[in-house]
Amino acid sequence: MKLIFERSVPGRRCSILPPCDVPETDLGEFGRTRELHLPEVSENDISRHYTELAKETHGVNDGQYPLGSCTMKYNPKINEYTAFLPGFASVHPLQPERTVQGCLEVLHTAEKLFGEITGMDAMTFEPAAGAHGEFTGLLLIKAYHDHRGDTKRTKIIVPDSAHGTNPASAVMAGFTVVNIPSTEDGFVDLDALRAAVGEDTAGLMLTNPNTVGLFDKNILTITKIVHEAGGLNYYDGANLNAVMGVARPGDMGFDVVHLNLHKTFSTPHGGGGPGSGPVGCKAFLKEYLPGVSVLQTPSGYSFGPYADSIGSVKAFYGNFLVVVKALTYVLMLGHEGIREASRNAVLNANYIRTSLTGAYDMAYDETCMHEFVMSLEQEKNESLVSAMDVAKSLLDYGIHPPTMYFPLIVHEALMVEPTETESKETLDELIHAFLEIHEKAKNDPAYVQAAPHTTAVKRMDEVQAARNPRLRYVFA
Amino acid sequence: MNFPKELKYSRSHEWVLYEQGGTVRIGITDYAQKELGDLVFVNLPEEGDPVTAGEALGDVESVKAVSDIYSPVTGTVIEINEELLDAPQKINEDPYGAWFIRVENVTGTEELLDAAAYEAFTKEEKQ
Repeated sequence: MKLIFERSVPGRRCSILPPCDVPETDLGEFGRTRELHLPEVSENDISRHYTELAKETHGVNDGQYPLGSCTMKYNPKINEYTAFLPGFASVHPLQPERTVQGCLEVLHTAEKLFGEITGMDAMTFEPAAGAHGEFTGLLLIKAYHDHRGDTKRTKIIVPDSAHGTNPASAVMAGFTVVNIPSTEDGFVDLDALRAAVGEDTAGLMLTNPNTVGLFDKNILTITKIVHEAGGLNYYDGANLNAVMGVARPGDMGFDVVHLNLHKTFSTPHGGGGPGSGPVGCKAFLKEYLPGVSVLQTPSGYSFGPYADSIGSVKAFYGNFLVVVKALTYVLMLGHEGIREASRNAVLNANYIRTSLTGAYDMAYDETCMHEFVMSLEQEKNESLVSAMDVAKSLLDYGIHPPTMYFPLIVHEALMVEPTETESKETLDELIHAFLEIHEKAKNDPAYVQAAPHTTAVKRMDEVQAARNPRLRYVFA
Repeated sequence: MNFPKELKYSRSHEWVLYEQGGTVRIGITDYAQKELGDLVFVNLPEEGDPVTAGEALGDVESVKAVSDIYSPVTGTVIEINEELLDAPQKINEDPYGAWFIRVENVTGTEELLDAAAYEAFTKEEKQ
């Protein structure tokens, strides 16, 4: 397809602006000496350009998207309706409080409901995404230790099955990362944890269910070991879709949690979303939260300060309209609906897992939560096909590939997360595709190794793309 | 797979070459580069940085994942192989030529294996 710059015709415009009603000023030496490189196109050209781009991509609106650990669920259209209401969409962050009472009520209600789901007492909506939430949560932990004068707590413990962002966020927040191994069945090694904690432990970061899709049944022991050593427990909410309405991080012994509204709570995810990674905490950490709190008073809602705030981590109130969408989702589902969504997410994952067992090697052959991990190591060693080849083949079925080569503790990993919003029919399509690809890998491996065959762009040279990326149009 | 006899090896798949004058040269093994796949980025420490046996000295990124490279020795970095920063594929092409760093004032090492023991270790790991 043509790039937008290749559609450009000198002088073509989208809008005809009215004459300027203020005198023009010569900026002298500060003035621009070169023309801006902007495409000159009509509105029709732009519209077709974006439609063409959309045709070459794959989103949840096109088909299944079982991308493990990402919870690519369908985003109900009513979320868009509420977020477009002028009272939310056309406000300015510096408007007087009395003119944005509805917005304040959204933040206040969201804090209460997401607090109920996670078992937390207070929440900030400032962080813009998951890793940003991790960073913010870790700063709360740091503030807690610092305010007690306990400055020797410099280490964050992270299991080797953690999301890659966990150690990165800990380092960003100024901590040293201590990695602990998982047991053979994929859980936190309690002995390794006991050996790792001490006077220098600031906290532990954990996802439960973990990245291999298993719920760590030792969770109460794990959080107790860390608490007894004087550390705090951080819950990475990436996998909350497996347990919302069923089990609460706050009841598992966690002190801080982040949510991914763009995963669990049905707000757009791809293309930058934008995301939203609210951070919840127990009452004893509340006064360290960033930004401002929303208070309910007899005369209405108002903003109030946190006494020992770590400062702001983003301008104003975070990605507010994303919170509107997520709150809409929660209110539409209600108490029972939230729980049912998680149960169906778990059921769907287990339906696929058991249907593929036999053909594919399951990394952990037991009932999973909302996602599971397969290993293509045997196929690869027999020189048939790799996890990459299977992933690419799924594209020919109009299905987005699962997460590949993650978690690192499983070789040739494919991590499948169907979410609750797929029907039995679409799950069957996915199972059929997986089984057919596996059959084909035995009979005609070369075909699978060369996949995809039907997409607009065929197999990419990912090595060249990473080593010599061409990220911008080169102007003549 | 290639296991040169003149090198020592760590269980985290780095090789160590003892040079004249007490300095060492460090890289990653043929086995490691095969397991990692095509490498696209390398992060190295800077000259003068301390490295500690068993702790990360830098990392490599393949199209699959980012992996830490652990220092087999404790000491001070005297030289880094800047060529790798622009041409990480050299690690895949020639893992024992593509050294990462040179270290002096070596005060400690991890338990290092000779070529035969390391070869046996990689076979075990494959099981």
